[in-house]
Amino acid sequence: MRFALIGQPNCGKSTLFNQVAGYKAETGNFSGTTVTFTESKVRLSGKVIELVDLPGTFTLHGTNPAEAEVLKYINSHAVDAIINVVDATHLTQGLELTLELLSVDRPIVVAMNMMDEASRLGLTIDGPALMTRLGVPVMPLVASRGHGIKALFLKTDQTAQAAIPTRDLSLCVENDLQRHQLAGELAGMIVSQGRRRVSWRDRLDDILLHPVWGFLALVVILFIFFQLVYGFGKLIEAPVLAIFNAISSQVGSYIGTDTLFGELTVGLIQGMAGGIAIVLPYLIPFLFGLSILEDVGYLPRIAFLMDGLMHRLGLHGKAIVPFILGYGCNVPAVMSTRILEERKDRIIASTLAVLVPCAARLSVVFGLVAFYLGPAWALAVYLFNIFVIALTGRILTKLLPEDTPGLILEMPAYRIPTLKNVVNKTWFRVREFIVEAWPLLIIGSLLLAFLLYYQLSVYIDALVRPFTWLLGLPAETGVPLIFGILRKELSLVMLRQALGVNDFSQALTNLQMLVFTVFVVFYVPCLATLSALRRELGWRSMLAVSALTVVIALSAGLFVRGLGFFVLR
Amino acid sequence: MFKVASKEIIPMMKHGISRLTDVEKGKQVKITSFEGGNGIMTKLNRFGIYPGDLARVVRHAPFQGPILLEIRGMEIALGMGIASHIMVEVAACDLP
Repeated sequence: MRFALIGQPNCGKSTLFNQVAGYKAETGNFSGTTVTFTESKVRLSGKVIELVDLPGTFTLHGTNPAEAEVLKYINSHAVDAIINVVDATHLTQGLELTLELLSVDRPIVVAMNMMDEASRLGLTIDGPALMTRLGVPVMPLVASRGHGIKALFLKTDQTAQAAIPTRDLSLCVENDLQRHQLAGELAGMIVSQGRRRVSWRDRLDDILLHPVWGFLALVVILFIFFQLVYGFGKLIEAPVLAIFNAISSQVGSYIGTDTLFGELTVGLIQGMAGGIAIVLPYLIPFLFGLSILEDVGYLPRIAFLMDGLMHRLGLHGKAIVPFILGYGCNVPAVMSTRILEERKDRIIASTLAVLVPCAARLSVVFGLVAFYLGPAWALAVYLFNIFVIALTGRILTKLLPEDTPGLILEMPAYRIPTLKNVVNKTWFRVREFIVEAWPLLIIGSLLLAFLLYYQLSVYIDALVRPFTWLLGLPAETGVPLIFGILRKELSLVMLRQALGVNDFSQALTNLQMLVFTVFVVFYVPCLATLSALRRELGWRSMLAVSALTVVIALSAGLFVRGLGFFVLR
Repeated sequence: MFKVASKEIIPMMKHGISRLTDVEKGKQVKITSFEGGNGIMTKLNRFGIYPGDLARVVRHAPFQGPILLEIRGMEIALGMGIASHIMVEVAACDLP
């Protein structure tokens, strides 16, 4: 038995999916969070059902790769029933897809989601009337709170086993415009607007989207976010790092660091310390805060506010979703470029997305620059980063002139995030670090201990020396930079070991830390991102993007070195 | 001369047709047509926007940014590029 979730963007398919399958699909209060399908087995009164979450689409004949995925999936997999998730507050839009689905020869159940929101808006929806008119079951649902899920699945199971009833042919229209009008009539029949909404959304938008207050609010919100991440991280980093350093020197003096075993043991401790003391303290509050901003629905508002400004700076308007996702991780950011129609736009958006400092690079910025130079310098690195991205965007749009019309983005209603979802989402991403990245950090540290012991690291350092020399960095930074391509956190974790110090200020000047960080922020994306780039754009573009990032990183590093020469000492 | 000129102007004024980008905040409009070929049309149709639809201009973003349009209970931000291709008829008086 296989059920497929189909619906428009941001109607809550992934929320429903996660409610029954555990947190497996990324969710967010904006369009285009899901770009590929996710499958999971769920148990329904003793039966095992394969549930699949498909990307949101307004039509079955969508033009971008994420939308095309939907029709491809229904045609290539045995789908026993379609659960058509519809946002009850946007019924007119949702019914267009429902009408289109009627011509697909599969059992259909309509899940009328966000019923709580609809009643808050004063909308009364005549479900039974819709059921009679469409000839398919219509079930009420509040996916975010888990209401109506069991009934929905039992009904779907029942429908899947029954024969498909003959469709009312007057509903199966081929013409898009006719379908649009039909959906409008249908919605007019079954939705009645009660008390006109007293919308706090409009009032909040009056402030948050205001030409002056909106930008002020944006700066304040981001500043608070930044301060919280920094405050929390610093609170944890210093004492935990001190503990690990004590252990490391104790163990070192006990075993002796001049043997291979001693080097490896210290390397192991350094690798563990890197994960616990340097990365996690910043990663957890950052991902937690990002989840809240995502679920509230603030991110599309940033896009709305910034689009005009970004166009002026030469940045592609539609690249904003990948851009914002990039701050969490570049991999979903590159994947989300599938919501763009033109390949050209996807190349530009991917290139800019990989320049966005992800959570891994955040740990370098915070662990090095914020920790030693102060949070204002970290903020400066972020602002400088945006400036460089804008400049790159401007150059790229000149080189690859675009003819796309620009931003079309649904502005979702504000939603109060549920703690459960925010915690689950944060854990979903933190777990990814613990399972995939942390072992790599430890292995990297062990490998470095090995290289140091046999003095092999000098060869790698020599290979990278042209770059490190140009940037005025010690030769020992070569190995951490190379290993940083595996995982960006490695650049920081291995740096301690490579320089042979516990306190960076003993080996690096403030300017060197700044230059190193800026270079790490821009140069070659990590292995996971590279493979995402290859999947989305192909080998050649992947190599071209990587080469470009090295050029950008080098120029940015040299610029900072030159500038810092006058400002810092 | 005068006759020719007025002939050109009068139909425009009668229907009150203008570009969406020129419509003030808070005005109720009816979408009459899309300029600029099928590409624009398909893109807007995908979001459920068709000629004949009633809409309201909720607000304009700063720095010539997007226009926020409320259409069938949904709010959609449209960048200047695409909004300038949408021709609308402004209602004589605002609906409540």
